[in-house]
Amino acid sequence: MTYEVVIGLETHAELATITKLFCGCSTKFGVEPNTQVCPVCLAMPGVLPVMNKKAFEYALKAAIALNCKIDEFTNFDRKSYYYPDLPKNYQISQNYHNMGIDGYMDISVNGTISRIRIHNVHLEEEAGKLIHPEEVGADYSLVDFNRAGVPLLEIVSYPDMRRVDEVESYMQTLRKILLYTEVSDCKMQEGSLRFEASISLRKKGVDRLGNRVEIKNLNSMKSVLKAIEYETMRQRDVLDRGETVDRETRLWDEVNEKSARMRSKEESQDYRYFPEPDLLPVLIDEKWLRAIKDTIPELPLIRRQRFIETFALSDYDASLLIDEKILADFFEECVKILNRPKSFCNWITNDLLREVKDRKLDIYHLKIKPKQLAALVEIIEKGTISSTIAKEVFSEMIQTGKDPKTVVEEKKLVQISDEGLIEEIIIKIISSNPDAIEDYKKGKKNALTFLVGQVMKETKGKANPKIVNEMLMKKVGV
Amino acid sequence: MKIDKDQVENIAKLSRIRLTELEREMFVHQLNNILFYIEKLNKLDTENVAPMAYTSDVSNVFREDKLKPSIPLQDVLINAPATKSGFFKVPKVIE
Amino acid sequence: MSLRLFECTAHQIKAKILSKEIRASDFIKIVFDRIKSLEPNIQAFITINEDEAIKKAIEIDKKIESNENVGLLAGLPVAVKDNICTKNLYTTCASKILETFIPPYDAFVVKRLREEDAIIVGKTNLDEFAMGSSTENSGLKITRNPWNLECVPGGSSGGSAAAVAADLSILALGSETGGSVRQPAALCGVVGIKPTYGRVSRYGLVAFGSSLDQVGTVSKDVRDAALLLRVIAGYDLHDSTSANVPVPDYLDRIDSGVDGLRIGIPKEYFTDAFNADVYKALKDALKIYERLGAQVVDISLPHTEYAVAVYYIVANAEASSNLARYDGVRYGYRTSKPNGIIDMYCRTRSEGFGNEVKRRIMLGNYVLSSGYYDAYYLKASKVRNLIKIDFDVAFEKVDCIICPTSPVPAFKIGERANNPLEMYLSDIYTIPANLAGIPGISIPCGFSKEGLPIGMQILGKHFEEKKLLQIAYAFERETDFHVKKPVLKISSM
Ligand SMILES: [Mg+2]
Ligand SMILES: [Zn+2]
Repeated sequence: MTYEVVIGLETHAELATITKLFCGCSTKFGVEPNTQVCPVCLAMPGVLPVMNKKAFEYALKAAIALNCKIDEFTNFDRKSYYYPDLPKNYQISQNYHNMGIDGYMDISVNGTISRIRIHNVHLEEEAGKLIHPEEVGADYSLVDFNRAGVPLLEIVSYPDMRRVDEVESYMQTLRKILLYTEVSDCKMQEGSLRFEASISLRKKGVDRLGNRVEIKNLNSMKSVLKAIEYETMRQRDVLDRGETVDRETRLWDEVNEKSARMRSKEESQDYRYFPEPDLLPVLIDEKWLRAIKDTIPELPLIRRQRFIETFALSDYDASLLIDEKILADFFEECVKILNRPKSFCNWITNDLLREVKDRKLDIYHLKIKPKQLAALVEIIEKGTISSTIAKEVFSEMIQTGKDPKTVVEEKKLVQISDEGLIEEIIIKIISSNPDAIEDYKKGKKNALTFLVGQVMKETKGKANPKIVNEMLMKKVGV
Repeated sequence: MKIDKDQVENIAKLSRIRLTELEREMFVHQLNNILFYIEKLNKLDTENVAPMAYTSDVSNVFREDKLKPSIPLQDVLINAPATKSGFFKVPKVIE
Repeated sequence: MSLRLFECTAHQIKAKILSKEIRASDFIKIVFDRIKSLEPNIQAFITINEDEAIKKAIEIDKKIESNENVGLLAGLPVAVKDNICTKNLYTTCASKILETFIPPYDAFVVKRLREEDAIIVGKTNLDEFAMGSSTENSGLKITRNPWNLECVPGGSSGGSAAAVAADLSILALGSETGGSVRQPAALCGVVGIKPTYGRVSRYGLVAFGSSLDQVGTVSKDVRDAALLLRVIAGYDLHDSTSANVPVPDYLDRIDSGVDGLRIGIPKEYFTDAFNADVYKALKDALKIYERLGAQVVDISLPHTEYAVAVYYIVANAEASSNLARYDGVRYGYRTSKPNGIIDMYCRTRSEGFGNEVKRRIMLGNYVLSSGYYDAYYLKASKVRNLIKIDFDVAFEKVDCIICPTSPVPAFKIGERANNPLEMYLSDIYTIPANLAGIPGISIPCGFSKEGLPIGMQILGKHFEEKKLLQIAYAFERETDFHVKKPVLKISSM
C-alpha cells in the first residue's frame, strides 16, 4: 500500500539575550551548576517576573520574519505541569494570544520552492536541566537551574511537509532565518536549537489525517531525519497489518536509532492555561512594528535570488554564499569596494572556507577584512603578484589579519616582470633541458608547459607567467 | 455541575495531592457545596462582557537586557531538602 | 490618664524617641517584655526577632545621639505578617510546607521598613498561605482575639491585627486577597488599609491570588496608617504590576474634613443578613458624617451578590498555580523516603498543606481544567468586570462608599470551622474591593453588646488613599472607639 507521510515540526530556539527572560541572571552556557540563578528563576516564594524587552523584541522580530500576523494585543499565560526542572511547576508561555500566527516560510528543495505554513510563533521560558547519573543503582537525579528562565522561542509549523528532504530544507532555512535575524545563535550542540516532529500516515488520496505521533528527544538535524524515516516505516507496518496507529508521544533513542512510547493520548497533559497575572499585556503599535521590521535584513532565499541576478553567480555559488549570513555580508562588502563578484565568490567559497575548516577558525571573528581581500584581488590584477603567490598571501592574511601589501613586502613575493631577468633564467632552463626542447619541436605541446613550470620553480613562483610564456615561445621559435 | 469521587481523585492528581478515602468523601461534599454556590453566576448573561484578567490598565512593562548578579551557591542550596555537588537532588526521574 | 508606653501610637513614640525622651533600645525592651507576658495568651507571632531588633534599636539610638538623619519610622516596632519575605528570618506562611524556609532576600516593603529605620519585632501568624478569615487555618498555631480570647482575631492577617490590638507592636504589615487586612482590623478594633492594586509592590509577598493580593497596613489610628502607608507605597521595578504613580504625603492635610463630600451607601450591602449591633454602629457613624457636613447618598452595586463566587474562582485558580512550586525540590518540607518523584510531590504536598489549602488548590485546578475553563474561569473574569464597572459607575456620583467591614463581630474559635462556605461568605463586604482593585480602609466604629469591636470600611477610587484617610480621620477625631483597649490579664510564663 502507498501512503502519504504528513510531517509537522515544533522548533525551540533559545534567544540570544545576555540575561534571562524574567530576571537579570546570565544566559551564558556551560558554567558550574546553579551559579546563574536568583530567587526569581528559582521560583522562591514571593518573587515576580519582569519581562526582558530584548527577548520580547527578538520574538516579535522572528514572528515578522516568518510572515506571521501580529495582533495589536498580546499577553502571557501560565502552562501548568509538574517536572523537577520547572521551578514554578508552571511555564510562562503564550497560549491565548501568541506573538504571531498564520505565517509561512518558503523552502527550496533542488531548486523548487515550496511554502510551509507556520501555525504560530510564541515566547516562553526555558526549563532547567536534569542529570541522570550513570552509576549503577543510582536512585536519584540532579537538577541544575542555570538554563531555567532563558528566553525560548517556539515555532510551530502546520503539517505541510511530505518528504524528508523538505524537512531538512525546513530546518536549514529556519536556522538561517534565525541566524540572519540574529535572534538566536542556533547552536544545536548546546541545545539552543531543538526540533520535535509529529508524523502521521494516510492513504494516498485520502483527506483526513491519520493518528499523529509526536517524537521528542531529537538532538540533531540528522536524528530528526532518521527518526522520521524510522517512524514512517513503523507506522506503515502497523497500517499494513490492518491496525491503527496510536496517538502518542514517543522518545527517540539516539544510540539504538529507535523510538519508544513515552505517553499515550489518554495520559496527555491538562495544562490549565490561564492569563499570567504577574505580567501585564503588551500592546504592539504600528510604529514599534515598523521599527522592528526595519531591523530585519534581507532573508536568505531572497538574497540568493538577488546574488544570482545581480552578480551573475551560479545557483550553487549563491547558495554557498548565503549559507552563512556573515559570509554573504563579507562578499557584499568586497563587491562594494571592487566590482569583481565572480572573483570574490571564488575566494570566499574556496579558499576562505577551506582555510576556516583546516585551521578551525571562528567564522564570526575572522581576522581578514573585506577591504583586504579586495586589495588582494586588485594587486593580482595589476600583476604585482601571481595568482599562485596570491594563495600564499591569502593564507597569511587570514591567519594574521595583515594587509596583502605588507605580506608581499615581508615575504618578498613581488612578481618578476623584468624581461632581462626572466630571459636570463629562460636561457638557463633551456640549456639544462635540451630534451624538452626536442620534444616540443616534435610537436609535444605540453613540453612548453613543463618549461614554464621550471622557470616558475626557479623564481619561486614570482615570475610573471604571462611574460614567461611569451618569451619562451619566442626562444624556442614558434 | 456536580463532581463525583472520580473527578475529585482526578483533580487531586492534577494538584499532586494524595487523599485518603475519608478526605476524598469530605472534599466531594465540600467542593459540591461550593460549586453549587458558584452556579449563581449562570444567572448573568455575559455574552457581550469582556473578561477582566488584569487589575491594572497599564501595559508594556519591561526591563532592559542588563546583567544583575546571581546569588551565591550557598544561598541557592541553603533551603534545599537534598543536594549533591552543587545540584538539587531528587528521586530518580524516569522519562 | 497617662498611657503606658506600649499603649502609645507610632506618632507619640516617634516624638518621644526623636526628642530623646526615651531611647529606641529602651522602648523595644518594653515591647518585648509586653510580648513575653501576653504572647502565651494571644499567640500572635510565629517568629520573634528579638536579637536583631535590639541590635537595630541600638544603631538607631547612635544615629539619634549623633544627630544623624533618621528614617520616617525611626525606632518604631513593626510586626510583619509571615507571608512577607524577610532576609535571613523565617518566613513560613504558617504552613508546615515552609516551616523551615529562610528567604535569601527582603520583600520590597521590608526593604522600605529597614530604609526608614523601623524595627521588625517578629513575624505574625496567619491562615496558612493567607487562605482564611479567622487565622484558625494556620498550620502552626491559633491566634486569639485580645478582646475575647475565645474568639478569632479574624484573618488572614489575624496575627498582625491581634499584635497591634494587644500592644505587642505599634505597627504591623498584613496582606489582602479578599479582605484579610480590613476584616481582622475590624474584629480586633484597629485600623487596616488595603491599598489600590499596584500601589504597594507585591515583590516578596508570597503569592496567593496574584491579581488580588496587596500588602496592607495595621495600626492603632488613622494617622499611623497614613505614616506606614507612605513608607511602603511606591513604584518597584521588580513588580510589573506596581504602579508608577507618585506617593503623596498622606499626613499632609489629613484634617481636611468631609464638608461637602458625598458618601455612597450601597443598598445591596445593607440587607437584614447582618448583625443588629453592626447595623446600629454603621447608622450612628453615618449620622456623625452628616453632622460633619457630608451628604449620604444611596447607591447601587448591583453585582455584589456575585462577588464571593467570582472571588473563589479567580483567587483559587491563581492560587492553584502559585502553590504548585511547593514540591519539596528547592526549599521547604519534603516527605521522607519517597518512592519516585511523583510520590515525592504527592506526599510532600499532602503532608505539608492543611485542608483549607488543599481544598482551594483543588477547586482552582478544577475551574481551570480542560473543559471547565470557559464555564468557570472565563465566566468569573467577565462577572469580575461587571463588578468593577459597578464601582466605576458609583464613583461618578460619590467620593467614597461606606459599609460594614464584616457582617458580624468576632466569632468563637471553632464555630465556623466545619463549613467552609459560610466562612467564605463572611468576606462578602471586603471582596468586591479586591476584585475591582480599589483601596479601602477599615476603622473602629463601635462595640457589640458583648464588647467586641465593630469596623466600618471606607472604599474609594483607584489611588485615592489620601482622600480615604481624610474621611477616616474626620470620624476618628470625633470618636474614641480607637483609643479603647482590651482588658488583658498578664499570664504567668
Ligand atoms: Mg513550548
Ligand atoms: Zn535569575
